[in-house]
Amino acid sequence: MTTIDNGVNVQALLDAREVLKGAPEAAQFTWRASAKWENGVHSTTRIQNFFGLGQEHSHKSEAVFTADHPEVFAAEDNGITPIEYLLVGLASCLTAGVASVAQNRGIQLRSVESTVEGNHDIRGILGADSDVRNGFNDIKVTFTIDADASKEDIEALVAQSQKRSAVFDALTNPTNVSVEVA
Amino acid sequence: MLERGEVANSWRRERWDSLRLLTPNWQSRLPGHRYEGPDPDGYMTMGEVIEFIERFATVTRAPVRTSTNVTSVRRTDDGYRVTTSCGEIRCRAVVIASGACNRPAVPQFTAAVPASVVQLTPFDYRGPSWLPDGGVLVVGASATGVQLAAELKRSGRPVILSVGEHVRLPRLYRGRDVLWWMDASGVWDQRHDEVDDLTRARRLPSPQLVGTPERRTLDLNALATMGVELVGRWAAVRDGSALFSGGLRNVFSLADLKMRRLLDTFDEWARAHGRDAEVDPPERFAPTQVPESARWQLDLRSGEIRTIVWATGYRPDYGWLDVPVVDTKGQLRHEGGVVDSPGLYALGLPVLRRRKSTFIHGIEDDAREVIDHLTRYLALS
Repeated sequence: MTTIDNGVNVQALLDAREVLKGAPEAAQFTWRASAKWENGVHSTTRIQNFFGLGQEHSHKSEAVFTADHPEVFAAEDNGITPIEYLLVGLASCLTAGVASVAQNRGIQLRSVESTVEGNHDIRGILGADSDVRNGFNDIKVTFTIDADASKEDIEALVAQSQKRSAVFDALTNPTNVSVEVA
Repeated sequence: MLERGEVANSWRRERWDSLRLLTPNWQSRLPGHRYEGPDPDGYMTMGEVIEFIERFATVTRAPVRTSTNVTSVRRTDDGYRVTTSCGEIRCRAVVIASGACNRPAVPQFTAAVPASVVQLTPFDYRGPSWLPDGGVLVVGASATGVQLAAELKRSGRPVILSVGEHVRLPRLYRGRDVLWWMDASGVWDQRHDEVDDLTRARRLPSPQLVGTPERRTLDLNALATMGVELVGRWAAVRDGSALFSGGLRNVFSLADLKMRRLLDTFDEWARAHGRDAEVDPPERFAPTQVPESARWQLDLRSGEIRTIVWATGYRPDYGWLDVPVVDTKGQLRHEGGVVDSPGLYALGLPVLRRRKSTFIHGIEDDAREVIDHLTRYLALS
């Protein structure tokens, strides 16, 4: 069997799974972001630190995200809209999942591309119709994958990546969100 | 042999009226005892199962003590002290054969369901006439869930079925019962130490099968055709509304893919063993139809749903077992039925030693090996 390499250290993940089975407290992570209002609907969010495996960690460098609204919303368009960040999260999470599952199943990937479309009726956020929700009505993800595998095996990769995706779960299932004023 | 009630007690008291075995009659075999009736391809009713087991108890002259409820099993210096409703027994070894389905498992948020909605588990359910009129939400799409959803729909009620991960199977494949394939191809004989992910194999929900005289398939497409509304896995209750997962399409894909893979295994086996001529040609089934838009919310106070049936699985009850061999998830710690306490054994649990462990005919091979271990233990200790 030729060695396949998608650049995912699956052994480390499998080892972590075994260790954390017996140490659920170490598996508790907290991800953090800090946002600051700039002007108008323009804000900047910074991410650097997170907690996990019983201690504080720091990303190699701080990541800065600019959010704004487009000009058709009468804004300055300094960055993508907040709801588009959800698409970033979903696409990158599913893509990471495809690579990991492929590595674990011995499938060499050549290219993995996807498009994500979220359908959004903005009458909800504008308060124009109380029957319309604020968030996406639905999201459609389309993968185009070139790999040494049958169509069926590729479909199974994509299905398994959804099954183990944090963002897919966060978007498809309700989460308790508490927002407070400090 | 201690039995809390009568022989075949759970088949008498913990099953709904219309239930038939999922396995065809010819598969119902116990050591030296098999179905000998006129319909080998049929499925036993509960009455027939009770008769079958009773007859086995009689022919084998099994030393069954009925109406003897075990309330405690404790370790002693040289074995176990078993306390029962009929007194105490001291013994060197104990075989736990109380099964994996002693209590219906229900999610924690049942308490958040408004009181106006009647909640039932399969242990409370006998048939549609026991339910109030009006809509029913069946939660869970394993064998129990699909069977109850179909029966309730036929009774004229609007039925919504909440679907999580499930196991899809056709009743017949290439003209044979799908369980014939499981048996003949050796899938059922796969041993616990050969299974890739044993924990997952042991947690696998029962397949979407029903035993009917028509030998019909009861998958989600069949239910949708009957008019059962499919929604995602029930995730939470918020402000009196049930919230369902938006991931329905993926649980369909997973089940479709797994079914196809299993059918591929059958085809390969038939080809490799020269069995293609005795069965019909290979076939593939239409993917599970995804509803135009599955709702992810249901107001439980609106009256649309009068009853919830929790078909969310079962769990074992080891409340009487005063030996520290149960893990944090409530499952017995054992290796192929050899429990983590000398002289303590188990039989009849999911994939105990083989994939077929929980089927009636699956007990024979497991029992032989477990009892071998037990007799060696008794000889040495």
